[in-house]
Amino acid sequence: MTPSAQFLEVDNVSLYFGGNAALCDVNFHVEQGEILAIIGPNGAGKTSMLNCISGFYRPQKGRILYKQRDLTKTSTHQIASLGIARTFQNIALYTGLSTLDNLMAARHIHMQQNSLHSMLYWGRAQREEVTHRTYVEEIIDFLEIAHIRKAIVGALSYGLRKRVELGRALALEPELLLLDEPMAGMNVEEKEDMARFILDIHERRGTTIVLIEHDMGLVMDISDRVVVLDFGQKIAAGTPDEVRNDDKVIQAYLGQA
Amino acid sequence: MAVLRPAGDFDTSYEQDMSVIRKRWQWVALLLFLAALFALPAYAPEPAVSLVNRIGIAIIAVQGLNILTGYTGQISLGQAAFMTVGAYISALLVGQAGWSFFLALPVAGLGAGLVGLLFGLPSLRVKGFYLVMATLSAQFIIPWLTRNTFPNLLNGAQGMNVPVPVIKLPVIANTCFLGTTFDPETAVCLYRFATPNEFIYITLVVLIISTVVALNISRSRLGRAFISVRDNDLAAELLGVNLFAYKLRAFFIAAVYAGVAGAMLAHNLRHVNSQTVGLIDSILFMGMLVVGGLGSNLGPIFGATLVTLLEELATVLTPILITLMPDIAGGATAALRPLIFGLALMLFLIFEPRGLAYRWTLIKAAWRLRPYAR
Repeated sequence: MTPSAQFLEVDNVSLYFGGNAALCDVNFHVEQGEILAIIGPNGAGKTSMLNCISGFYRPQKGRILYKQRDLTKTSTHQIASLGIARTFQNIALYTGLSTLDNLMAARHIHMQQNSLHSMLYWGRAQREEVTHRTYVEEIIDFLEIAHIRKAIVGALSYGLRKRVELGRALALEPELLLLDEPMAGMNVEEKEDMARFILDIHERRGTTIVLIEHDMGLVMDISDRVVVLDFGQKIAAGTPDEVRNDDKVIQAYLGQA
Repeated sequence: MAVLRPAGDFDTSYEQDMSVIRKRWQWVALLLFLAALFALPAYAPEPAVSLVNRIGIAIIAVQGLNILTGYTGQISLGQAAFMTVGAYISALLVGQAGWSFFLALPVAGLGAGLVGLLFGLPSLRVKGFYLVMATLSAQFIIPWLTRNTFPNLLNGAQGMNVPVPVIKLPVIANTCFLGTTFDPETAVCLYRFATPNEFIYITLVVLIISTVVALNISRSRLGRAFISVRDNDLAAELLGVNLFAYKLRAFFIAAVYAGVAGAMLAHNLRHVNSQTVGLIDSILFMGMLVVGGLGSNLGPIFGATLVTLLEELATVLTPILITLMPDIAGGATAALRPLIFGLALMLFLIFEPRGLAYRWTLIKAAWRLRPYAR
């Protein structure tokens, strides 16, 4: 295993809230171009793990290496420009903006105009707006949200907001996409739609995807590998089939036999 | 709210879709409106022009506050303090150093902006109510500084007289152009913005610039970053917005607007001291913003206009009240201005918290849907 082969490496990460260990010496890696699912019972530390990768939490111990760069030492707002985007378990959209502007807001890191250009909105700044608008419109087409393009997202339904949030993450042009329960609270049809979008993103853009999901059937269907957390510790990792038959995993989910 | 348009009215390019003024008749209407404003001294009595001056200056201050509070979500009660900074800078530069007002105006804005940056620093750590308290400190520190420091320069509590803004033009072919008059002392052509009828041109030109800049901010990268800080600061940071940098930028821009408004106010009143604008004005600006509509470009214009007109109404009503009810004259009538302002603010918070700007979009939508909309 050469170091350069690792796309994302979580190395002995521990995270404490006071005396509570949310994550305890967690190790795993993500290979470029795969779909990795993180599963585990409630309170296992899945979202904490994602928060550590996206820079929202700082683990007290350990390193998270993304393309050889330690994310635990990178300031939060710089992580997006490294090519990491995420969605949130409880949707965190800009509620006062339209769908279109939410996606345009995510183009922030790709835009060249400085504040002075913005104020004058002349020539280059305007051309840049159009260029990025074109890019954003492609995402809108892809996610089939053209009909709500100019609707304020605060007024949209839950399923649509989830989709807009995925669109906003895509507008960052991520190489690594972190999805925190993208299908929570959806009906079967919406889940299938979302799964199709995730697979399409993966195939068309070659985006590496790390997702947290509770729907086991779906996880086993779409992911290449699965990491199982329980009480902040990694208890298993491997292909869906390996994990499905792992004793520890069965124990964690079903309790002691 | 989705935009309602008549059938068959489509945009064919993104530029067209993103433009603010889409139709030729809208341009014509806007230009006619501006022409009517510029021609105001020709048909309106001077007190009315003076009122428009006051409204215009208030609009500029509220536009700055709108960028900070309406777009970036950082509540500030320091706007009047930053106006004081701008007013003093311009008074010193024009009055003492002999600069041209038109050079001193942007410098006053930038100077106030730097002071605004200083008072924006706490925004990294504190939000909401606590930030209000932090910005409130500006309201006490800055007037105190003007009263108690550099007494020879700032003249303490009495303040300074501020000169009339003048434009100097060279004499070309023995005549003075553009309405200027020949000044025998300095042998140049002068235009003095002494009365409201002349000052209105400064107010309108600055107002147009400030409105265009505010509009551009709101529809570009900078404005979207501001709104992302307001709507979800955590998500904004994870999406690559440097929170601290953008909060400070908002404070800077808001204070620049305040500084410009303050400088204009000083030259309009021809005098400045620590009491020229105070805490009550900061609250008034916040009230104007709420009445007009937070986070909307029309909000400051509607809000500042309505609240200033209401204040004017109070001044008109007071002598009538005194005649009608001489027994309660004095105490009660003096309270009429804050009373009307408070009542308006309360009614807006209850019945239209999104302000006049939102009401305006509803009216426009209803007009498009006529005769089906109620």
